[in-house]
Amino acid sequence: MDGVHDMGGMDGFGKVEPEPNEPVFHHRWEGRVLAMSRAIGVFRAWTIDTSRYAVELLSPAVYLTSAYYEKWFVRNQQLLIERGLIDVDEVAAGRALRPAKGMKRGRFTLADVESVTRRGSYGRPAPAPARYKVGDRVRTKNIHPTTHTRLPRYARGHVGVVERLHGAHIFPDSAAAGKGEDPQWLYTVRFEAQELWGADADPKLKVSIEAFEPYLEHV
Amino acid sequence: MAEHDHDHNEGSNLSEMELRVRAIETILVEKGYIETAALDRIVELYETKIGPHIGAQVIAKAWSDPGFRQSLLEDASKAVNAFAQVGRVGEHLIAVENTPQVHNMVVCTLCSCYPTDVLGLPPTWYKSFAYRSRVVKEPRAVLADFGVALPAETEIRVWDSTAETRYLVVPMCPAQTEGWSETQLAVLITRDSMIGTGLPKKPSEVA
Repeated sequence: MDGVHDMGGMDGFGKVEPEPNEPVFHHRWEGRVLAMSRAIGVFRAWTIDTSRYAVELLSPAVYLTSAYYEKWFVRNQQLLIERGLIDVDEVAAGRALRPAKGMKRGRFTLADVESVTRRGSYGRPAPAPARYKVGDRVRTKNIHPTTHTRLPRYARGHVGVVERLHGAHIFPDSAAAGKGEDPQWLYTVRFEAQELWGADADPKLKVSIEAFEPYLEHV
Repeated sequence: MAEHDHDHNEGSNLSEMELRVRAIETILVEKGYIETAALDRIVELYETKIGPHIGAQVIAKAWSDPGFRQSLLEDASKAVNAFAQVGRVGEHLIAVENTPQVHNMVVCTLCSCYPTDVLGLPPTWYKSFAYRSRVVKEPRAVLADFGVALPAETEIRVWDSTAETRYLVVPMCPAQTEGWSETQLAVLITRDSMIGTGLPKKPSEVA
């Protein structure tokens, strides 16, 4: 979707402001939100792509004015309710009003912690040979799906070069729509900045994206 | 009076988030999905165990051991596994090397993808709208915000992490570190130097 989350190349957000000696969490609740997000993942009620899409679906005003972990919190609460893990009246009451139903696994305990602090695996067997090879010139498609996609706006409709081939991975556009993993080849595609931003762009800048095969076409 | 109102408002905002988060945690615990101690442990791991010191050890070894450097550039997930503080490092980690000709920078313009296994949780600036919007278009101006100026002839390469691949920058080893141990070298390697918004410290800065 063409949402405010797709920020590459926008102007007006001001300077980047690094914080010296920044703590890992600025408030206690941020750590709890992070930990709950990791823990609840084991129930496989949704995927990483669903959770990214849920943040993108926040209204632009909410997206732009909420703190990072606040967006995670709102997203988690909404998905927990949508997927029936908790109920709206329980949120209002601040406590459980009925037992969990249809739990796919037992309680998330200390023994499960290690498994969720390691990143998941998103590589999958390839469904077909790769259409492109390293060195090929490719054009990204000019597409504007109203659902989740990982092809940023600034990189649509531009010609680049395939630099790396990463094997086939879960296709986020499909997974976030609840249509299954639909594995697709993943490439690093490199663009000259002037191809993306015009003749005034930095002549010594190159930018790459990670592009799934359905985003690409032959030049 | 105005100051009092301000404090009061800020206080109630913070406690409102705290209360809302506590409510969800209580519900999840009472319904039997999670145990509180497991959440405590996750927070503790990210606060104490999983952080940029892991990446710094990796880079220090790459600076000291040409064979390891080669393995790291060929298959970073595999090369880095020995450094995992907890479990194993996840898949799809890619190391990209700075040279006198090319300086690498990493971003996620769409959300906040970051090589958490080796750098811990991302700093606020990495997730900021300013960084995400600007670095793919004007990275030299972003570097200036970090107090870094590169020669005009240095090529800048920005990697936008739009999939599950994760990028770790291998910065250039500072001069006058001949004979240094990996432990000594690791002190020079900052988090930002492994994202590309900073350079390693010079030996004179840690003396």
